[in-house]
Amino acid sequence: MDAARRLDLLTSKPGPTDEWLAGCAGLICRIGDTPLVRLKRIAEGVLAPNVELWAKLEWFNPGGSVKDRAAAGIILDAERRGLLRPGMIILDSSSGNTGIAYAMVGAARGYKVKLCLPANANTERKRILSAYGVDVVFTDPLEGSDGAILKAREIAASNPELYFYCDQYSNEANWKAHFHSTGPEIWRDTGGRITHFVATLGTSGTFMGTSRYLKARNRDVHCTTVEPDSPFHGLEGLKHMETAIVPPIYQPDGLADLALGAPTEESLVLVRRLAREEGLLAGISSGAALWAAIEVAKTLTQGVVVTIFPDGGNRYLSEPHVWEG
Amino acid sequence: MAVNIHIPTPLRVYTERQATVTVEAATVGEALSALTTRYPNLQKHLRDGEGKLRSFVNVYLGEEDIRFLQKEATPIGANADLTIVPSIAGGAA
Repeated sequence: MDAARRLDLLTSKPGPTDEWLAGCAGLICRIGDTPLVRLKRIAEGVLAPNVELWAKLEWFNPGGSVKDRAAAGIILDAERRGLLRPGMIILDSSSGNTGIAYAMVGAARGYKVKLCLPANANTERKRILSAYGVDVVFTDPLEGSDGAILKAREIAASNPELYFYCDQYSNEANWKAHFHSTGPEIWRDTGGRITHFVATLGTSGTFMGTSRYLKARNRDVHCTTVEPDSPFHGLEGLKHMETAIVPPIYQPDGLADLALGAPTEESLVLVRRLAREEGLLAGISSGAALWAAIEVAKTLTQGVVVTIFPDGGNRYLSEPHVWEG
Repeated sequence: MAVNIHIPTPLRVYTERQATVTVEAATVGEALSALTTRYPNLQKHLRDGEGKLRSFVNVYLGEEDIRFLQKEATPIGANADLTIVPSIAGGAA
C-alpha cells in the first residue's frame, strides 16, 4: 500500500498533502496492515468445524501495540487542525501502550511528550518510555488510570498554550483511526466473510471504530465488547466501565450486540496457551479477547469470528504470574 | 499490632468507601484475614476458591512487594503500612 493511502486510512479527513508526508512517511506509514491469523489448535475440538477463529496481531505495529493507530490518528489530526504546532508538548494519560505510541510518533514528528502514568505500570513500559525520552509524571497507583486522567487534565489546564492534550478517551480521532484502518483491513483480509467481531475495552477506540466500519459494510456483523468481570482484576489495560471514568467516545448503543466480562485467571491461561500451542507470544489483554471470542464462537455452527490481540507478551515478561502455570 | 491497610479505588466499594482500614495483626496474612473478616465481600476479589491470594493481587509492606519477603508469613511491625495494588487499568484497546 502506498504512503498516501496509508495516511489516508489513519485519519478521518480528506487525503494528506505532500507536505504532510514530508519527514514522517517512512515510520508512520508502517502503522497498520498487521497480520490476521487463524487460530486452529486452540479452536480444535471446541468449535464446530465450520466456525473459523481469527486474531489480528497488533504487536506487529512499529510501536508494538494497537495504540500506534490511535496515537498517529490523534497527532496527525491535531496537526491538520492547527491544535498541535511546533514547540508544543504532546500530553496525555496512559497505562503505557498509548504513551509508547505517542513517544514514537512524537519523536518522528519533532515533538516532546509528557505522560501521566500510574506508578504501578510495569517495568517494561517504564523502561521503554525512558528510552524514548518521555517526561513521565507518576500518579498514585491506588487511583489507577483514572488518577492519571485527572492529573493530565490538571497539567493541560495549567498551560494550554504549551500542551496539546490528546485526551485519548474523548478524542474522536481515536476511534476514527480504527474506522479507517483496522475495520477495512479486517474486511479485506476476511474477504468480507466476517460474521462476528470481538474486542476488549480500554478507551474503547478499537471497538467503536472497527465496529462502526464493519456494520457499515454489513449491518449483520455481530459485535461483542469485552471488559474485566470485576472492578478489581489483573487484565492490564482494560477498563471495568461500570466502576471507572467512562470514556466519552464509548457509545455502544446500536453497536454492541453483546457485552462479556472476562475472568482474569482464565484469560491468563489462554495467554500461556497462545504461546505454547499457537506460537503467539501475546499480551494479557489478548487472553481476555480470546476468552470472549471462544465464548462467542462456541455458540455458532458456522461463522467467521475475528478478535484483536492488542499487544505482545514481551511487555509482560517481568510479571512471573502471567507465565507460570 | 496495628496495621494500616491502604485500599485501592476499585475495592473501596466493598469497604464502605474507606481508603484506609486499620486492623490488629502480627503477619501480612493475619492482616488480610482481619480485613476480609470485617468486609466479607472482599474475599473473592483477593483470594481464589482455595483461599490463596489471587496471582495478580500485589501486596506491599511499606515499599516492598511481599512476594520478595516471606509472602503472607511476613511479620509486621507496629504501625506498618500495607498496600493492596491492582493491575493497571485503562487504554489498551
